[in-house]
Amino acid sequence: MRFALRIALAASAIALAVGSSQAQEKTLKIGTEGAYPPFNNLTSDGKLEGFDIDIAQALCDEMKVKCEFVTQDWDGIIPALQAGKFDAIVASMSITPERLKQVDFSNKYYNTPPAIAAPKDTDIKGVTKEDLAGKTIGVQGSTTHFNYSEQTYTDSTVKPYPSAQEYQLDLANGRLDAVNDDVVVLQQWLDTPEGACCKLVGTITPVESIHGPGAGIAVRKGDDELREKLNAAIAAIRANGKYQEINDKYFKFDVYGS
Amino acid sequence: MSGAVQHSEIIDRPPPPVRRWTRERVVGNALLAIWILFGLGLALFLLRAWDPELMAKYAPLYMSGVGVTLSLVGISVVIGAALSIPIAYARMSSNRVLNAISYAYVYFFRGTPLLAQAFLIYYGFGSFRPQLEAIGLWSFFREAWYCAVLAFSLNTAAYQAEILRGAIESVPRGQWDGAASLGLSKLQTMRKIVLPQALIVALRPYGNEIILMIKGSAIVAIITVYDLMGETRRAYSRTFDFQTYLWAALIYLSIVEALRNAIEWIERRITQHLKR
Repeated sequence: MRFALRIALAASAIALAVGSSQAQEKTLKIGTEGAYPPFNNLTSDGKLEGFDIDIAQALCDEMKVKCEFVTQDWDGIIPALQAGKFDAIVASMSITPERLKQVDFSNKYYNTPPAIAAPKDTDIKGVTKEDLAGKTIGVQGSTTHFNYSEQTYTDSTVKPYPSAQEYQLDLANGRLDAVNDDVVVLQQWLDTPEGACCKLVGTITPVESIHGPGAGIAVRKGDDELREKLNAAIAAIRANGKYQEINDKYFKFDVYGS
Repeated sequence: MSGAVQHSEIIDRPPPPVRRWTRERVVGNALLAIWILFGLGLALFLLRAWDPELMAKYAPLYMSGVGVTLSLVGISVVIGAALSIPIAYARMSSNRVLNAISYAYVYFFRGTPLLAQAFLIYYGFGSFRPQLEAIGLWSFFREAWYCAVLAFSLNTAAYQAEILRGAIESVPRGQWDGAASLGLSKLQTMRKIVLPQALIVALRPYGNEIILMIKGSAIVAIITVYDLMGETRRAYSRTFDFQTYLWAALIYLSIVEALRNAIEWIERRITQHLKR
């Protein structure tokens, strides 16, 4: 008798769980890194903020779904999407041929050029291979910037870091001669007291085959329904001024690019 | 021993016990079959996923990663062993101050993650550049490799000191008394009587410690030293192919297996006098 009761309880618990998960089907889980200001970062009290987060929220409002954010280390973010930990990545991920083999991308939602930053008293004059010959360059690993640096600055030492925060520490304390990242990310840091050590040397002209057409939203391969919805939502917030509003909240210029 | 067996073959032997299919035997065989299937599946997967282009591109990088892992662990274990002797001595000392300092050292390095220690030494000391330059240590702390060796040595020294202390204390007090009665000095007793016995006790834990260091070293990429794990992650981030991690696991496994065999061989050598 007791056994039968247990079975019945377990069955009803499963039924409840299944029922509630169906009720939550409208929730879209979004993965992001949370260590890439001003695009996505965690505030001191553990909340996510940034351009990516606001854009994702606007897209969810536009698609009339509830959004839930999940933070995930950069290196594991694509496997986590494939494993179903979340349904989309809004984390300033550049659309590249390599990544397109693993995931599908929405249209770009912004495109800003990469740049080089260095200490204020640097003797680096420009951003070419010759300008940086013999220097040590820090870059976040597993990024388009890392691929670009490794392929371009072959006369320099390119050091991969787990996130932007670590290469910033090492540029400030002088272990690095220069760093390479998105111009907006570098500028944001240079404007803080921690970034006062350093300055922007110049921007790099993006290389389509490495940097891709810009940052897009990654979804699992074949998830065309979500991808189409996201594309429609991006177009909608571009048209109704919401995008501009978010853009102006963070930047003095247009990050959408041409 | 083998002579005795041959001898008994000539005489009548009792009939061998019937090996019945008990429940334990069935379960054991089933589990073994599952493991064999796993192994075969893995081998089949690697065979099917075999990609000469991938191999040509990443095998040299993996090898350099293995080199970094082995030299990092090798150097750190040797420096740690040297450091562990004074620490173990201080731990066993009756001097209160020495005892407290060495206790605090071991307490800290065993109680905090290696990841945090490496991070603190590399990025933490990095923010004191002017002070370090003033005392001429910046050229040491500037290099990620030195910071990694320092962090790993300090960490393993704490563990090795405890292994050494435990092993020395496991040698009965009577051995010291006996040596003293023969007129041997403290150092002679330690060197010729206590340490040889302690080493037998310490060998296995030492082996474990080296194996733990090999696996623990996988975190070192966070301070930009690209070891086997770092190279694996780099390869994965380029290819998004899970076999990159499988190969890394197999390489770690073979390193550990080689070490295990080496330690077993050493143990057989140093315990020969205890076997009949």
